[in-house]
Amino acid sequence: MSIGKSRELPSYLSDWQVKIEDHARKLGLDIFPQVFEVLSGDEMNEVAAFGGFPTRYPHWRWGMDFERLKKSSDWGLSRIYEMVINNNPAVAYLLEGNALVDQKLVIAHVCGHNDFFKNNFAFKITDQDRRPPSSAEDLVVSRAAHLPSRKWIDTFANHATRVRRHIERHGIEAVESFIDVCISLENLIDPPGRLLEGRQKPLVTDEDPAPVEVTRFQTRDYMQSFVNPKEALDAEKKKLEAERDKAKKFPEAPRRDVLAFLLEFAPLERWERDILEIVREEAYYFWPQAQTKIMNEGWASYWHSKIMTGYAATGDEIIDYADRNASVLSTAGGKLNPYKLGIQLFRHIEERWNRGQFGRDWEECNDLEERKNWDLKLDLGRRKIFEARALYTDVTLIDEFLTPDFVIENKLYTFGWSNRNERFEIDSREFKSVKEKLLTQLTNFGSPFVAVEDANFENRGELLLKHEHQGVDLDLEKARRTLENVTRVWRRPCAIVTAVETRPMILRYDGKEHTTRPMK
Amino acid sequence: MALNIDQDHARFRDIVRGKVRGNLRKYISNGELIARQGKGTVSIPVPQIDTPRFRFGDKSAGGVGQGEGQPGDPVGGQDGEGEGEGGKGKAGQGEGQHAVEVDVTLDELAQILGEELQLPRIENRGRRQIFSAKDKYTGISRVGPESLKHFKRTFREALKRQIAAGIYRPDRPIIVPTREDRRYKSWQVDTLPVANAVIIYMMDVSGSMGDEQKEIVRIESFWLDTWLRSQYKGIESVYITHDAAAREVDRDTFFRTRESGGTMISSAYKLCADIMQDRFPPDEWNVYPFHFSDGDNWSVDDTSLCIQLLKERVLPHSNMFCYGQVESPYGSGQFVKDLREHLGADERVVTSEIRDKDAIVDSIKAFMGKGR
Repeated sequence: MSIGKSRELPSYLSDWQVKIEDHARKLGLDIFPQVFEVLSGDEMNEVAAFGGFPTRYPHWRWGMDFERLKKSSDWGLSRIYEMVINNNPAVAYLLEGNALVDQKLVIAHVCGHNDFFKNNFAFKITDQDRRPPSSAEDLVVSRAAHLPSRKWIDTFANHATRVRRHIERHGIEAVESFIDVCISLENLIDPPGRLLEGRQKPLVTDEDPAPVEVTRFQTRDYMQSFVNPKEALDAEKKKLEAERDKAKKFPEAPRRDVLAFLLEFAPLERWERDILEIVREEAYYFWPQAQTKIMNEGWASYWHSKIMTGYAATGDEIIDYADRNASVLSTAGGKLNPYKLGIQLFRHIEERWNRGQFGRDWEECNDLEERKNWDLKLDLGRRKIFEARALYTDVTLIDEFLTPDFVIENKLYTFGWSNRNERFEIDSREFKSVKEKLLTQLTNFGSPFVAVEDANFENRGELLLKHEHQGVDLDLEKARRTLENVTRVWRRPCAIVTAVETRPMILRYDGKEHTTRPMK
Repeated sequence: MALNIDQDHARFRDIVRGKVRGNLRKYISNGELIARQGKGTVSIPVPQIDTPRFRFGDKSAGGVGQGEGQPGDPVGGQDGEGEGEGGKGKAGQGEGQHAVEVDVTLDELAQILGEELQLPRIENRGRRQIFSAKDKYTGISRVGPESLKHFKRTFREALKRQIAAGIYRPDRPIIVPTREDRRYKSWQVDTLPVANAVIIYMMDVSGSMGDEQKEIVRIESFWLDTWLRSQYKGIESVYITHDAAAREVDRDTFFRTRESGGTMISSAYKLCADIMQDRFPPDEWNVYPFHFSDGDNWSVDDTSLCIQLLKERVLPHSNMFCYGQVESPYGSGQFVKDLREHLGADERVVTSEIRDKDAIVDSIKAFMGKGR
């Protein structure tokens, strides 16, 4: 298979591809078939700007990314070494003119990603032949024999064709500005919900709501029919029921997939609906990658290092390899490097399970010396990390496997904004706060949870969204501008409930003006 | 090689242009741009090209980092990043929302400036354009001096002839050019327009001109320079600073020096007139003297000397004379009034009072709006 302008892989590279893939399989990696292509620097920048794909629908932001990538590669600030698309077959790119050791490193690294794409449960959301899971197990158990259909390159190319057709009919201005609107809402999706899509939802009951209780005046039995006449009771009951029905909300339960809700109920033109659908589809495609950034890069780095040092690098290449590897894993400037954090976590898990440092005995052991020398020689490490790569995402992995020892060893710290010194400063190195901060940051990959609360807000057909405030305020300016875009889709005033410095607030935009008022 | 992305890239550039246009006033009054000037281009930070999303306010968020340091120490590398939002751990669609910087060529910038301020194109004063002649060797001729003989072509002709005549023997390839085979390089005379406009910047650097005043002058002259350069093929600049005495300086010094002491504007005008006379004969040059001052001249006598100099020696040889008066807390600002009183009727004289940075745009329009 050839993607666009690719050139045939030269034989010395395809030989290595086969060798490295075979070796990776021997080590236990389970990968999709792979296609490697060699690209020139500019083509690499182009593909990177397109999010890894050879074609995307026309939009200026690819051009913007391209400009930035091109500038930094022209000025020698950065170079993209490796890119791989979650697709079946997996497609990956090699940069033209790189030394053989670099290409080997990339091939090995890509094998890691590929195995991760294929086996991590979050990526099942990108199976195009996905069936509703019948049980929770279905979600996570690897179907080794089954190669899921992931023809995303084709899908993205189709998206491009569809958008181009809309542009021909409705003009670039209209289409582009609507894409801008959709992009602005693209993080309002509900991936966990989608993973479970099609399952019976036990949350929604088919039962009738509890019958209305009418208050009766207290009296003796024989007086009932006089004091509480049946007609009066019925009338009262009807009134109460009417009130209850009026108060019934739509949607009944908050919907986190705001985009799906808008697709279903917003008064959109057909082409607008189509574009919104495309944007939503692509947002779901990219979701698992954002959700497993640390794990995915860590896993790929773990394996490239195993493959390179144990097999692929020759003696005279090892120094160059070590140099590249060090720059990939560097943590200069106090930044968190997902490659580094990821690989360290996997190694940490591997070591703990090799030495049996888990379970009740380990948890309850308080003797420092004993803990230090704790080694049950269980050799379960490799098995454990394979399990971890299938069953976790960044959030759950860190929740489960981040230990105080790890935080100290890897010098993790939290930082916050200091108003006094007007700079970011190190807050703490305590395990609890580091873990908490990491988790908050990663949950929903840093996006606030927003759901559709009421589509008939104040009985005026306005859309009310709700931000589930978890301690961090929204960026209000951005929220207002996003609200404008929601309003553009809903075509009626829209509002969002959030909190500003712990006070509940409603931001509302009616198409002309923004208002902010405290919530009653 | 044409890339798929070219179209998106072009579209992005268009949007940037629109953004630049919409915010032109802000860019102009912002001195930062000049500092970003590279080789023929300026990088412009384009605000709000990022798509708004529901996201967390940055500063309350903070993040997790890795490395050395005690609580209370600053986090490394945050200056360049501006955000420091948990490093790459949060990468993905949420990240990288800094202001975008784009390179815009100075020509393009001048064009946007012209369109936005509706500046007329400048009419050449009817003086003859000057051209310099330059020889370019572009052709081949059959005759010429031996020194210009083109050996390769000559031998090729000879080879052609010998093959045609059937006397060429591949096993013994001896080629002898004859008279007819000889080829010579020939040239054409290219005429290139040479610089025929000169901007003479004069600035008051006396004690009363503070840093802010100089900043305004700096910004304004950058834009004037950009505009005029887009209008003339070649352009020269002369920089003069003065307090009680005038000196010709280089560009760098012009914007940096701070003198103290009194102000004699006539000294600058005199030097300006001398330079014009010596180096820029008026029938060959379009001359643009600009003078920036806070309008606080030493004496009434000096002011009348200035007016005399302008009338007799500067104005007759200039396209226009522009005087920009920067407001300063120390100056009386009298000079602009005097100029208007005595020379207000002369359409070659343009005066403008620049109260603050925001007034720079209007001042440029006043200066360049006449299209002279």
